[in-house]
Amino acid sequence: MGGLQKKKFERGSATNYITRNRARKKLQLSLPDFRRLCILKGIYPHEPKHKKKVNKGSTAPRTFYLLKDIRFLLHEPIVGKFREYKIFVRKLKKAYGKTEWSAVERLRENKPTYKLDHIIKERYPTFIDALRDIDDALCMCFLFSTFARTGKCHVQTIQLCRRLTVEWMNYVIASRSLRKVFLSIKGIYYQAEVMGQLITWVVPYQFSHDHPVDVDYRVMATFTELYTTLLGFVSFRLYSSLNLVYPPKLDSNGESEPKEESEDDYAMNSESYLEKLSALSASLARVVSSADEEEAQLDQFPSEGEDMEKMEAREKELKQQEAQKKLFEGLKFYLNREVPRESLAFVIRCFGGQVSWDKSVCIGSTYDVTDETITHQIIDRPSVGKQYINRYYIQPQWLYDCVNAKILLPVEDYFLGVTLPPHLSPFVEEKEGDYVPPEKLKMMALQRGEKPGNEQEEDEEEEEEEGEQEEEQEEDDNGDEEDDEEEVAEEKNLKKMEEQRSQGKSLHVKVTPGKLKVENKARLEQEEKAEEKRLAIMMMKKKEKYLYDKIMFGKKRKVREANKLAAKRKAHDDSEKAKKKKARK
Amino acid sequence: PVTPTLDCGSSVHSSLVGVDTRLSSECVALGLQRLSSDIRNTVGNIPMEWYKDFPHIGYNLDGKKIYKPIRNKDELDDFLDKMENPEYWRTVHDKQTGSDVVLSDDQVELVNRLQRGQFGDVNFNECEPMVEFFSSDVMIHPVTNRPADKRSFIPSLTEKEKVSKLVHAIKMGWIKPRRVEDDGRGRYYNLWASEDSSILARHKMHLPAPKIPLPGHHESYNPPPEYLFTDEERALWEQQDPADRKLPFVPRKYSSLRQVPAFSQFIHERFERCLDLYLCPRQRKMRVNVNPEDLIPQLPKPKDLQPFPTTRSLVYRGHSGLVRSISVSPSGQWLASGSDDGSVRFWEVCSSRCMKTVQVGGAVKSVAWNPNPSVCLLAVALDSVVLILSPSLADKQVILSSERLLSAQQEGEEPAEGNGSVVWSEAEGEELNQGLRLKIQHPKAVHQVVWHAKGDYLASVMPDNTSHLQVYIHQLSRRRSQNPFSRNKGLVQCISFHPIRPYFFVATQRSIRIYNLVKQEMTKKLQTNSKWISSMAVHPGGDHVICGSYDCKLSWFDLDLSTKPYKMLRHHKKAVRGVAYHRLYPLFASASDDGSVIVCHGTVYNDLLQNPLIVPVKVLRGHVMTHDLGVLDVTFHPTQPWVFSSGADATICLFT
Repeated sequence: MGGLQKKKFERGSATNYITRNRARKKLQLSLPDFRRLCILKGIYPHEPKHKKKVNKGSTAPRTFYLLKDIRFLLHEPIVGKFREYKIFVRKLKKAYGKTEWSAVERLRENKPTYKLDHIIKERYPTFIDALRDIDDALCMCFLFSTFARTGKCHVQTIQLCRRLTVEWMNYVIASRSLRKVFLSIKGIYYQAEVMGQLITWVVPYQFSHDHPVDVDYRVMATFTELYTTLLGFVSFRLYSSLNLVYPPKLDSNGESEPKEESEDDYAMNSESYLEKLSALSASLARVVSSADEEEAQLDQFPSEGEDMEKMEAREKELKQQEAQKKLFEGLKFYLNREVPRESLAFVIRCFGGQVSWDKSVCIGSTYDVTDETITHQIIDRPSVGKQYINRYYIQPQWLYDCVNAKILLPVEDYFLGVTLPPHLSPFVEEKEGDYVPPEKLKMMALQRGEKPGNEQEEDEEEEEEEGEQEEEQEEDDNGDEEDDEEEVAEEKNLKKMEEQRSQGKSLHVKVTPGKLKVENKARLEQEEKAEEKRLAIMMMKKKEKYLYDKIMFGKKRKVREANKLAAKRKAHDDSEKAKKKKARK
Repeated sequence: PVTPTLDCGSSVHSSLVGVDTRLSSECVALGLQRLSSDIRNTVGNIPMEWYKDFPHIGYNLDGKKIYKPIRNKDELDDFLDKMENPEYWRTVHDKQTGSDVVLSDDQVELVNRLQRGQFGDVNFNECEPMVEFFSSDVMIHPVTNRPADKRSFIPSLTEKEKVSKLVHAIKMGWIKPRRVEDDGRGRYYNLWASEDSSILARHKMHLPAPKIPLPGHHESYNPPPEYLFTDEERALWEQQDPADRKLPFVPRKYSSLRQVPAFSQFIHERFERCLDLYLCPRQRKMRVNVNPEDLIPQLPKPKDLQPFPTTRSLVYRGHSGLVRSISVSPSGQWLASGSDDGSVRFWEVCSSRCMKTVQVGGAVKSVAWNPNPSVCLLAVALDSVVLILSPSLADKQVILSSERLLSAQQEGEEPAEGNGSVVWSEAEGEELNQGLRLKIQHPKAVHQVVWHAKGDYLASVMPDNTSHLQVYIHQLSRRRSQNPFSRNKGLVQCISFHPIRPYFFVATQRSIRIYNLVKQEMTKKLQTNSKWISSMAVHPGGDHVICGSYDCKLSWFDLDLSTKPYKMLRHHKKAVRGVAYHRLYPLFASASDDGSVIVCHGTVYNDLLQNPLIVPVKVLRGHVMTHDLGVLDVTFHPTQPWVFSSGADATICLFT
């Protein structure tokens, strides 16, 4: 009877997880190697549902991995390479110790290397998977490409990162897939839409980094190793999808070919190629040279009802996108030397503009300041010496704002020495009830095609709206109390009457004509509804009430925050106005 | 014999420095030797002073003396010679022979050359190319003449050993031959040429890492002014722990792009992201997107459940202390209230007039009107006394009948002396005029008094944790008192009679016990799940009980259903002080310390399968909070859908 006694922790969730140390022992790897392996293979710890059960009754904090994941790692060929490398290091140390330099040389030549191709393929079985995960790769490569070529990591890695980022930027230019740009205090955010995937990356401003001491660069280097491989393969595929030559070559018969003569001033022969590519001013060579890209006309499927509307909306969006792609077409830009050249050149070229800069700034400039056909000169200094009449001198923010607004904004706000309008994040999509900064409203109005002439009115409207919002908020808050207040008032009246009665003893009795109490029907109805709701809320179950309270708390907090922002804005505007008035007087 | 050439050479070299206008004698000697070697002096290289005192100056080769010239030249001769002799400058004196020698042109030339530091030989080329004979390339002369070893002619054994070791190591695979450098890294190809879905299977468990949240307006280098921190916000931000901060950075505004500095935390942030990617457990969180409106239960509209009291229509003022208890006469015409100011007042319901005030001399804990419509009596509990009042607020018939009920006992036998702790006594004198009829003296402070529905029995509560003497049931007609319980089951909070059947409800601190008075046993025990019961009311049908507690709960029990509450209502924010059912309408009300009376609709169906319908219909507010106390008691009008409430602000309100 009863059979064998069941032992604890030999079945169920305890057997599905493995602690990090045990996993390490099982794989026979040191902690750094295990970390590398996890990074490369994309294995991450798991949080068990019942920690105590998995931890065999103990509550000590431990990291758990899925046993299946670790088993999967066991068969990884790279594990063998790690061991080889470990042995290599040991042998090398020994040879050094014995001062056997020939052995050292021989060992160095046979340093074990490994490839990550199969891991990339395994982690991203389809191309779209890889694209979806490329954000981090791009951010990391852009960061590494800005590192100085000393110290922190291998020069080859930095060069490779630089090459890959330049290739990526060239692809984005060629495919015109950039959608949004954002100048933040951290760096410049770009968002591109590649094969339907929104890809966002951030590029730090061009300054040397002061390397923090509490950052483990080995971890970063491992990630970069993986990311460079991934990015390379993705770039290859993307280039081939556009019929571009990979590795990219400059189009030799392009019209805007950079001048050849000054090449030697910039770079050695081996580097000049990449430099020219990274100038971003020339278009790339194609495998099949096609004069005009034929625009594929989308077939239209007749459908009814909502689908129709959706289709129309989508079509409209597509049209807008097409228009955005040609935003700067026909415009000729000239970059002054103080503006971030790479970023601006990238953005301008992504939207079809022509761009050039001073010869001494960088290789690949195509025309001079003196070119009369230049329409815009991007400048970021308080004043300029010689000005040409037939061009706008504008600050760089104009370009970025235009890209985000998808239209050419009026240039007046961005002229030389003018206080710039705020730069808004294009990534924020305001939902109902969120605070919308007035600049955004203005921009939306511009997008709809309204003239910016009636600014003042708009402002007023906004203020009114805000006021209403606040009122509503107050109502919500004070809804309960209002009844009380009425009653209190009534009571006061009663008290007064009573006092009169008791004191005056009918001497001062006076009949005042009654006033008709005006009842706002709508308001009454509203109140009734509110009361009904309140009563219904009373009857909620405990669990639901908790959830409801939580949701409502979140909503209220949102409203509160929005109101706070609006109030701050109002205070700021008021103070500005006051200042202006003072200045006028 | 000394070799003459060597000797002369040395003398010439040694004296070259001293020559200026006159050529030195040594040089001349050299010339003389060349010219006439036969008269050479053989004395050798000695100081010629040694022969100063001799007539000769040496010896020739044949051993004959060489004599000094006979005539010595003096200064004058010398001077004359200098003046007259054109050859004087090239004449030198030979000390060895003592003769003057005139130098030839060649000799003068030679002397000049030597003076200039040049070689004596005109034809000598001093810049001739170097002829190599011993260098790393040319070695004409052997360094050593040692003959070569044998081992240099035969193959080395140690080398052979080494080579064989290497060969063996290569054979065994211990040493790898130099790898052909293949630059496979950095070479890319179409990795996804054949997309097979076989690998996809593993990825069911795999969760892709969430993307980094996109930046908002806060992060802009030139944000709208409202997104910048004020001074307080900034101070708060700096005080906060970095983990608690809403924004990990301080929003900054720069007037132009060129002023934007590098972000010092950039590498940090990327590193954090890396750590997140490989160290954070991932979990799929199902975010329930609930519309909060859907959570609100669908209840029948209060409008459809009318009638119920909605507005405060009358306020009864007159008390000066908080009004603990109120009771309405069965006819619905009178309202009795007991207050902490030691008075019991009788009000006319419709006019809010105080008809009568009885000073009882103590804080009144509870008043209860006799539910029998044919009598008009009021039970009042204060201190340890229960008073029976006859307020004479009815027609004569009723007053008479109530007097009769009170005096019935007097005609009969004396009260049983079985329980000496309770003393019945009649009121006398002034008290009689006030309407006081009977005094029932209890051993302890009485908290509550209730009537049986028939109006003959009344029960009183003396809460005491330590004794079984907590409840007394008194029979008015026979003036008898009885303690029904022999055991202490906990602190009794309140009691109630069943409206129809002989049941008795006793609420202790946490549960309600129901006793059958006929069988004298407990039939049910209701668990209220609340901490401390404050009040209890029994449905006129007798099958439902509501009970309020100090932990803000109101529980509804369906006696047929379960001993657990059928519904818990948590709509009060503070302790519930009183609960009441309406006798006719499906209404019940609860009064709470938060100053509100909540009226609920509670329909009870005859069908046992259908659960009671409970809908809150109105929140009534009319009392002012005093000393953190709000409404203390609540009761319904017996016939109308009206509710009375008494509050700590010494008023009584009527809501209609």
